[in-house]
Amino acid sequence: MATTGQEEFTLDTSAELAVEEGRRGGIQGRSPWALAARRLRRNYVALAFLAVFLLVVVCCLLAPVYSSHVSHLGENETNPGGVIVEHGKRIHVISQGHTTIVNGVPNVVPGGVPIGPQWGAAGGQYILGADELGRDVATRLLYGGRNSLFVGVVSAAICTALSVVLALVAGYFGGVVDWIITRLFDLIWAFPVVLLGIALGTALTINGFHHFGINISGQSLWIPTAVISYVFIPYIGRPLRGQVLALRQREFIEAAVAQGAGAVRIMFSELLPNIASSVLVLFTLIVANTILTEAGLSFLGAGVQPPNPSWGTMIAEGQSKLADDPWLSLFPGIAIAITVLSLNVFGDGLRDALDPRAKVRIEHP
Amino acid sequence: MAERLLEVRDLKVRFATEDGVVRAVDGVSFELERGKVLGIVGESGSGKSVTAMTLMGLTRGINARFEGEVLYKGVDLLQVSDREMQAYRGKELGMIFQDPMTSLNPVYRIGEQIVEAIQAHERVDKRAARARTIELLRQVGIPNPETRVDDFPHQFSGGMRQRAMIAMALSCNPSILIADEPTTALDVTIQAQIVELIARLKDDFDSAVIFITHDLGVIADIADEILVMYAGRIVERATKRDLFYDPQHPYTWGLLGSIPRLDRPRPDRLHTIEGSPPSLINLPQGCTFRPRCPHAFEQCLQEPELEQRVETPGHLDRCWRDVEYKREHRDETISGGTAQAA
Amino acid sequence: MGAFLVRRVIGMILVLLAVSFIVYLIFIIIPGGDPAQRIAGKVATASNIAAIRKKLGLDQPFIVQWFDMMKALFTAKLVSYYDGTNVVGQIEQGLPATFSLCIGAGIIWLFFGILVGTISAVTAGRFSDRMITGLALVGISLPVAWLGLILRYLFAENGVGSWFPDGGYVPLTQDPVQWFYHLLLPWLTLAVLFIGFYGRVLRSNILDTINEDFVRTAKAKGLSTRRILIKHVLRASLIPIVTLFGLDFASVLGGGAIITETVYTLHGVGYYAYQAIGNIDLPPLMGVTLYGAMFIVVFSTLVDIAYAYLDPRIRLS
Repeated sequence: MATTGQEEFTLDTSAELAVEEGRRGGIQGRSPWALAARRLRRNYVALAFLAVFLLVVVCCLLAPVYSSHVSHLGENETNPGGVIVEHGKRIHVISQGHTTIVNGVPNVVPGGVPIGPQWGAAGGQYILGADELGRDVATRLLYGGRNSLFVGVVSAAICTALSVVLALVAGYFGGVVDWIITRLFDLIWAFPVVLLGIALGTALTINGFHHFGINISGQSLWIPTAVISYVFIPYIGRPLRGQVLALRQREFIEAAVAQGAGAVRIMFSELLPNIASSVLVLFTLIVANTILTEAGLSFLGAGVQPPNPSWGTMIAEGQSKLADDPWLSLFPGIAIAITVLSLNVFGDGLRDALDPRAKVRIEHP
Repeated sequence: MAERLLEVRDLKVRFATEDGVVRAVDGVSFELERGKVLGIVGESGSGKSVTAMTLMGLTRGINARFEGEVLYKGVDLLQVSDREMQAYRGKELGMIFQDPMTSLNPVYRIGEQIVEAIQAHERVDKRAARARTIELLRQVGIPNPETRVDDFPHQFSGGMRQRAMIAMALSCNPSILIADEPTTALDVTIQAQIVELIARLKDDFDSAVIFITHDLGVIADIADEILVMYAGRIVERATKRDLFYDPQHPYTWGLLGSIPRLDRPRPDRLHTIEGSPPSLINLPQGCTFRPRCPHAFEQCLQEPELEQRVETPGHLDRCWRDVEYKREHRDETISGGTAQAA
Repeated sequence: MGAFLVRRVIGMILVLLAVSFIVYLIFIIIPGGDPAQRIAGKVATASNIAAIRKKLGLDQPFIVQWFDMMKALFTAKLVSYYDGTNVVGQIEQGLPATFSLCIGAGIIWLFFGILVGTISAVTAGRFSDRMITGLALVGISLPVAWLGLILRYLFAENGVGSWFPDGGYVPLTQDPVQWFYHLLLPWLTLAVLFIGFYGRVLRSNILDTINEDFVRTAKAKGLSTRRILIKHVLRASLIPIVTLFGLDFASVLGGGAIITETVYTLHGVGYYAYQAIGNIDLPPLMGVTLYGAMFIVVFSTLVDIAYAYLDPRIRLS
């Protein structure tokens, strides 16, 4: 309202000043993604572990490029009679048996023990030791990593994609559709993860998969990938479905429906962006679980099949030699632990950044 | 002069957040005597709840810093350790909160929760505590308290839950009852009942009440003195009568204008206060209300003190405009912008 | 509550039926090829294959097949063609080892998981919390097989320290002390993963619950910190843990401890399944899978019922 006399401040200048102030000092709105990115940037621990994970991935992916140069061996190349030179001495890769005299009595020392980690001493050969066929453990570790990471990451991706679609469909349509999908989740959930994995894994590796025009051999990496992605569907699907159901009630969805937007559009343009941060966190954490599951399944013989190396199969191979050659099982396990730990720490950091009070969490196998 | 129970001197509460330091309460002072009702009014973010919870020591934490004094019967509660505060909470100061459904533990019976409150401070056995609980429930107007004492919170209606909360808060005869928006989550018809109940119990228990709300209309009946808070500070303080008949601060006018009233001409629309509350991290320069004030002028760039500018002692406000100007122009704001008054 | 119970039990039965159908799908339908030959396994003879085909009704319409297969399983007639043993009988023989392993480990992980989770939540942000969180993260990142092998290498007889037996199961009735002694390392192996996980979940639940309104009220009443923690915070925070424990416990009882049993050569249900994998012997796998699923379904129904009982809002409706 117009004011009298003394003031040079009218409402207009006051309003201008308010705008000025708002720009300078008022509450500034920022998109949630920008806020999250800022929080994540400040979390040095999480970023460091992300770097570790990426390092592992890169090393494994590039293995074909450099590994044989360093170790002078391919990943399946055996070298049972090989000899390495160390400090000028010639050492058999796999020890030959020999006889010693102890107190005048001949004592037979059996052969067949592969050499342990040489670290740098043999010029890049057998850095982490040899296995009983003379194969280079370090090389196999890298190639095994390629397979383990492939199965882990791809199965997590497939699983996440399927779960997102199922959750969106179930949450959006509700009713019978929701009931069916929830029963589907329940049925998968009803089996212990490992048992379901070995059941499917074993059944499928016998003959492979030959239906619907798809032909996959039993030895293919796609078998464990498909099995593991199937097994984890409820772990992602259920929490997401809950979120979609809650979102479904909100007014902006009703508004979109009233505007005549079709189901697909609502699901993907309205609902999906709102669950995106949960999807991201769940994906990261599920990769950690899929890698562990692949290791477990392969260890039991129901995952990656020989001769393809994987971290899990390598642990199994080292089991019988545990007392004499502990490094055979030790290094693949360390590789898995480092990879999974990095994912878990980063996943935690991601969750904290996206929603410091997040209630979405995974139930583990 | 009734016993002075509480004296708050220049209370400041700051919280460290990832965006900066939030000055939630920025220099609040008031007194409270036995038998009196103090109303604290303001929007969300004005600092009214933080003030109340600080009296109880409920805002203590790693990120909180306190300045000033909170003298309860001479003892500075800000200096009391958390463990010692347990003896004050419930026994000397009782508090009820906004949403009675979430404020009660859903898995324990109402009676159990009240008995727990009693046994925390007094040496009575379960049976005596239970008998007292039943009496309390009767006093707050819950029918059939003998049977309802064993009900769970979800079996009570909203109004009854709030009554039960009041019973629980008063169970150990505290000298002060702090009510933080007790009626906000309730139906309008129930609101009046609860307010009436609090007024009656205040006399029955001979205690003082601090009643926090964002709605001046709710305390129009029972408050003796009212504090109007904005951005962590008191912008006006007066007895109820003075506040309603001679308000001195434009923010108060805005609040009054937004209450529908029978004794004024019906405006075309209820007045709203333009703009939104300021960031408590970066407060505006000078008077904190200036950006939203329709009566701001160049002096407002300087921070006004909370002073008595009118004739009545005890009526303080934080506005540079002289009293005549205010009395002439406030009706414009209160009545929603029409030039003519009744 | 009564109606709720009936509904849940009916649901449970339906799920069990569906589960058996899935097992059937997995082993008979999905792989394609000739199921009779597959089931006959490595030592398939023509007469064996024909006998299987007849017994499991594999030349019949698939509903009949399913029914016959289930009949064979439930009447304990399913036989492994690899070594002629009866599947259900073998599972029964494996139960003592599996139960001993899982119950012991379960007690350990539940107790320590709650302890660790509570400590880290109550001291949130301080050193003890950071350390526990770090250890928990490591704990859930270790492959179980590897952890078992490492523990064997470090502590068991054939390895570095020789304080523990290197695997094998001694029945309780035969020698309680040895029974205990042989199970310590396996218990530890199985429990580590869960302790880490439960600790984290509980910590998160507690920190959420502390912000609830009813906890604020409890504080405002002047209750002691200990009382608030136990009667209000833990009471609410432990409920999801109990649910989780029900499912996890059922899962390991049902053969989910297969890796631990394999590493320590404990002849339990899981070990039986492991051997079947190696022999590409399907009937035992079918049996164990079904057995495991049954455990989970029954347990999860029990957990649901217990949950409903614990929540007065449902119990009194």
